[in-house]
Amino acid sequence: MTAAKGATVLDDFLVRALLGGLGVALIAGPFGSFIVWRRLAYFGDTLAHSALLGIAFGFLLQVNLTLGILVICQLLALLLFLSQKQRLLASDTLLGILSHGALSLGLVALAFMEDVRVDLVAYLFGDILAIGTTDLGWIFGGGGLALAGLLWLWKPLLAITIHEDLARVEGIAVDRINWTFLALIALTVAVMMKVVGLLLVTSLLIIPAATARRFAGTPEIMAVSASLIGCMAVCGGLYGSFHWDTPAGPSIVVAACLLFLISLLVPKRMG
Amino acid sequence: MKNLLEISNVDLIIGQRHLLQNVSLQLAAGEILTIVGPNGAGKTTLIRVALGLMKPTTGQVSRRSNISIGYMPQQLHLDPTFPLTVKRFLSMVGPNQSEKAKALLQEVGAEQVFNSPMQNLSGGELQRVIMARALMRDPDLLVLDEPVQGVDVHGQMELYQLITKVRDRRQCAVMMVSHDLHLVMAATDRVLCLNQHICCSGTPETVTNDPAYLELFGPHAVKNLAIYSHDQTHHHEGCDDCCEGGNCAR
Repeated sequence: MTAAKGATVLDDFLVRALLGGLGVALIAGPFGSFIVWRRLAYFGDTLAHSALLGIAFGFLLQVNLTLGILVICQLLALLLFLSQKQRLLASDTLLGILSHGALSLGLVALAFMEDVRVDLVAYLFGDILAIGTTDLGWIFGGGGLALAGLLWLWKPLLAITIHEDLARVEGIAVDRINWTFLALIALTVAVMMKVVGLLLVTSLLIIPAATARRFAGTPEIMAVSASLIGCMAVCGGLYGSFHWDTPAGPSIVVAACLLFLISLLVPKRMG
Repeated sequence: MKNLLEISNVDLIIGQRHLLQNVSLQLAAGEILTIVGPNGAGKTTLIRVALGLMKPTTGQVSRRSNISIGYMPQQLHLDPTFPLTVKRFLSMVGPNQSEKAKALLQEVGAEQVFNSPMQNLSGGELQRVIMARALMRDPDLLVLDEPVQGVDVHGQMELYQLITKVRDRRQCAVMMVSHDLHLVMAATDRVLCLNQHICCSGTPETVTNDPAYLELFGPHAVKNLAIYSHDQTHHHEGCDDCCEGGNCAR
């Protein structure tokens, strides 16, 4: 039976790791491109840092941890969106407060839960070799949803990236689209957590995108190239991790950095 | 509604700051209105109110129904990582716009950059491209926020001539903000001198002789102006003489 055959393939933790990693890289490409175009790297970091609070929240309510992360990330994205509209503080100051506040609050909350023992390193740097079938479901289900949403918003988002007011004058519902976009990023960050961990999520978003810039003449080519480069980094990182017994998440990021460095040797093509 | 745009008795207060005070203006088709004023006078704010991007605290803003507005923002802050060609930037307005984009680029005199990345343009080229983008929507009203920014003096003169040419050809109304006092006077029908409130308004000739204008910009500005104002060709007649300098609040 095919089901039985499928089960045996997914039984292999390396296959699950590879599938999860590739899935995350595919999602990260287009989102990472928008994050570099719109200079939202720090925003992505803030969402990722809040994930620890989401884990604590998940333990507290005894729900799936990814679901816990998702809820907290979404709340934080909403909070950021509203406070940026109010212009209470300079954006990066606000992000700094929320980012480190959420990370620390997460650590403190976990410390209060006496009967919960967590492998902190796994959350900080990812635990791709421990990916289960449920995680794969999150990556491909949640990630697929995020990608579909991004595709749907693609054109108005490009217009907003060029100039918000210009987009507004041309009749685009800028606030609604921005808010949806932030919610999609929060979803992406939540599903990426398992693979690279909360400290490295942003790197897998921005490094492949920055690498792809050298080869891209259009936003679409850049987004797709970023996905492919991310996939190469995942393969390279997993291979290296297996070969030299290094931690998988950081190895993937090192591979991505190496690809970026190599791309610098390629003659620049602006346009 | 005969006018394309009518702003009446608009006040805008944000926090403690009174950004606009009792501002009224009308704009008819084919008319070029330039807003001048010192830094922080509320010029861009007034533009944003006119475009509907900001709501006035009190007062009315009405645009003719079904009006198409072409907006040229002050600056584009495109990240160097954003791969965008001029062609794509112009064609984004709708499907199958690339032929029109090419034609418009020719109209604004920047056809040579059609396939260039946006980040490679010079100041003057960029302004022309943004202007072409505003024209993509066949606007009844062109709103230009400092259209000559980042352009050398010669280029500025050319841009102002281009704006006049575009208006003549399309009979659209133009509302623009300018920092510069000298060159713009030759390219506009009406000037509105703003410093939170309207200090004076009217034809370039009336405004530049207005005591409120002199007080706002000082005698230097006016002396330099004489160099430029007579060798340009534009109509001087039909002076509405709506200058309110005598009633100026200052």
